[in-house]
Amino acid sequence: MSGSESEEKNERMQRLSAVRPRLVSFARLQLRDLAQAEDAVQEALAAAIEKDESFSGRSGYETWVFGILKYKILDALRAQRRDGRWQPLEHELDEDAIDRLFQQNGRWQEEAKPASWGDPEAAFLNERFWQVFDTCMIALPDNIARVFSMRELMGLTTEEICREAGIKENNCWVILHRARLRLRACIERGWLSEEN
Amino acid sequence: MFKMMMCKEATRLMSKRLDAPLSFQEKLSLKLHLAMCDACTECNKQFTLLHEVGHRFEVFVSDTPDNGGGAHNE
Ligand SMILES: [Zn+2]
Repeated sequence: MSGSESEEKNERMQRLSAVRPRLVSFARLQLRDLAQAEDAVQEALAAAIEKDESFSGRSGYETWVFGILKYKILDALRAQRRDGRWQPLEHELDEDAIDRLFQQNGRWQEEAKPASWGDPEAAFLNERFWQVFDTCMIALPDNIARVFSMRELMGLTTEEICREAGIKENNCWVILHRARLRLRACIERGWLSEEN
Repeated sequence: MFKMMMCKEATRLMSKRLDAPLSFQEKLSLKLHLAMCDACTECNKQFTLLHEVGHRFEVFVSDTPDNGGGAHNE
């Protein structure tokens, strides 16, 4: 290995340790368990170091590591399911939490009406938006949050989620609808309350 | 007679739209409802934003303070 190659490798190792806390918070949102999240990240980082040779190019290093982490998270999710750590999703199919948001006639309750969040670009660049998102994800029931994160954080299709979770696609849509309504309500409370 | 779709059903369609294609009829009803309902228009924007959250999280993660901060300009 030439001097500059090992320098680049050193730089990548530094980037790994810099990115680690955020990877852990990403994994935790999905695994709902800090120790398991840390394990998954540890495995992903070890794999990234081991496979360092197969990474080519300077840019997109974190994205590459992220890709590895996603596989590790999926493995951990499957292990959780095998160990019986997933509560049945049928419990989440009751309408109560959603019904409270709407009047009998199907219109929004006055106090549940969505308000503007301002510029979405600004939100995504704001550290506080991510704190609110994190808090709201943690507040969701585990089994709803898991379906939401498989869909929106891991980018699985609803068909793939059905296979992983052993549910019908229609139930998957119902759960995602609920997750989105609850998340948006929670984020709105957190995001708009402190901003102004 | 044409029955106007209500907000609850509209939110169901604006969620489903992100996971599967809507039928022509569903698209049309949703579009009509959104044209007339400000609250659902905001909700639709927020669902769309949540749909981008995974990608944005990756950008946010990659943009740690000491890697040059170039990740915003993709
Ligand atoms: Zn509406």
